[in-house]
Amino acid sequence: MQKSLNIDPAKCTGCLQCEMACSLENEGIFNTSKSRIKVFTFHEEGKFVPYTCTQCDEAWCMHACPVDAIVVNAATGSKDVVADLCVGCKVCTIACPFGTVNYNADSGKVVKCDLCGGDPQCVAACPTDAITYVDANATGLDKMRQWAGKTDTTVGG
Amino acid sequence: MIYVVVGSGPAGVVATEQLRKLDPLANITLIGAEPEPPYSRMAIPYYLTSKIDESGTYLRKQASHFENYKVDVVRQRVTSIDTELNRLITDDGQVRRYDKLLIATGASPVVPPVPGIDSPGVHNCWTLADAREIVKLAKPGASVVLMGAGFIGCIILESLALREVNLTVVEMENRMVPRMMNDVSGNMIKSWCEQKGVDVHTSTRADSIEQLSGGKLRVSLSTGQSIDADLVISATGVAPNMDFAADSGLQIDQGIVVNDYLQTSDADIYAAGDVCQGKDFNTGEYAVQAIQPTAVEHAKVAATNMVRGHRTEHVGNVNMNVLDTLGLVSASFGMWMGVPGGDSTELVNEDEHKYLSLQFQDDILVGASSLGLTQHVGVLRGLIQSKTRLGAWKEKLMKDPMRIMEAYLACSQSQVGVA
Repeated sequence: MQKSLNIDPAKCTGCLQCEMACSLENEGIFNTSKSRIKVFTFHEEGKFVPYTCTQCDEAWCMHACPVDAIVVNAATGSKDVVADLCVGCKVCTIACPFGTVNYNADSGKVVKCDLCGGDPQCVAACPTDAITYVDANATGLDKMRQWAGKTDTTVGG
Repeated sequence: MIYVVVGSGPAGVVATEQLRKLDPLANITLIGAEPEPPYSRMAIPYYLTSKIDESGTYLRKQASHFENYKVDVVRQRVTSIDTELNRLITDDGQVRRYDKLLIATGASPVVPPVPGIDSPGVHNCWTLADAREIVKLAKPGASVVLMGAGFIGCIILESLALREVNLTVVEMENRMVPRMMNDVSGNMIKSWCEQKGVDVHTSTRADSIEQLSGGKLRVSLSTGQSIDADLVISATGVAPNMDFAADSGLQIDQGIVVNDYLQTSDADIYAAGDVCQGKDFNTGEYAVQAIQPTAVEHAKVAATNMVRGHRTEHVGNVNMNVLDTLGLVSASFGMWMGVPGGDSTELVNEDEHKYLSLQFQDDILVGASSLGLTQHVGVLRGLIQSKTRLGAWKEKLMKDPMRIMEAYLACSQSQVGVA
């Protein structure tokens, strides 16, 4: 069974442990600006919304890549950036309609969530279970994919 | 079935993969005119800076990729199509039959009408062969004149600057990347380049190129100035490769004309990518976009229709671009220049070289352009393409366009619960 991140904004306290864990795991430093998951703050409503890649089936980022540097991870279903192949052209960053592939100027490459290879550290770090890693069917993935469908450029087929 | 795909850029390669996926038994041939394995022109700037070697530009990294897909790769130039007999002729004189043909021949640089443009030392930057010549001439300290500061000019500009040449840029329009940026942001890119030591002449033409003794070239500008250069790069635009198609009687306009199934005026011939005048998502009109994401989407839709019949309609692509000019990242989407009767808002921060412009029709985002933003820019495409109604968030964005990510989450991710 494929698993995916399930995010429940109602449980998020905005502590940013997920961002710290992500940055440490992927960049080797505690720096929330380097995190692949971002917590957005809605001041007026007092809400926090963690947000990252849903590993969508359409994988616009992967199809838009001109040098085949984004591949499907057969074990987890995540779409992974192969850093050695990425030239930093950023086409994936505008192709992804969710805005979850981002350019890292320090490395000259793009970065995105790769589910930490199947052991997502944001989940491990979240103290309130706002982010969990569960069977894909149990998540709002379908809802997200419906949204994804709205941005598709083709109909039928 | 015999499928032939002409053109081995991204559109051609993706089309062969889609054809194979949908028709495992078909006979599929990919014809490309260049000698290298199919490669990406978009990767050439990174080859120029030695970030990658030639193989890093290849569209598919596995040497056996096309063999694995049972795609016969032919390196020849197609000279004509016989639409009566469903066959095409390559310049080695071979005749090939097809049941369905995809034209994905891309574009080529236009030659500006400048006396001396054919002098030795004047190069395009379009093919790997061009790139090898540029690497030879663009040595540190060399004087280089770049004609054209459009998308391609600007992306090469970065590579040339990193090669530590003395660079002069000449652009006819009043700003840089005029087809992607407005006056404000196009001139912010210009001032950024000037701060980095690049000499930029906008509203300026190269009037002539003259060969001097010792291999130098003298470029005379419309301002009366002249510059002696070791290398002149011409990047003044590209035009679709479709002469052979016109000779064959296919309907052409800006590019090869297609319907909503990417079928040309001949029922057995389809077109995709930079040569194809496909539907624009925003305007509903047919235009050549010449961008990577559109090429790939064309290829998938066209190949699907070639195999399955017309069940997949092409609803149009959002025109978009992203560019890195000496570290300043710019992006544009859809109707970035605005629409009649629409509203717009912009944030300008000249000191930090940050810019964001949003264009609305009613409460729907229809276009955007940005400078200096690298995080979550894709949501601009998402909002445009999903035609999401922004409701009360439109007014918040009119006051502060930088709240775009909040607006996106609130309006399009229903589980967020802050709409």
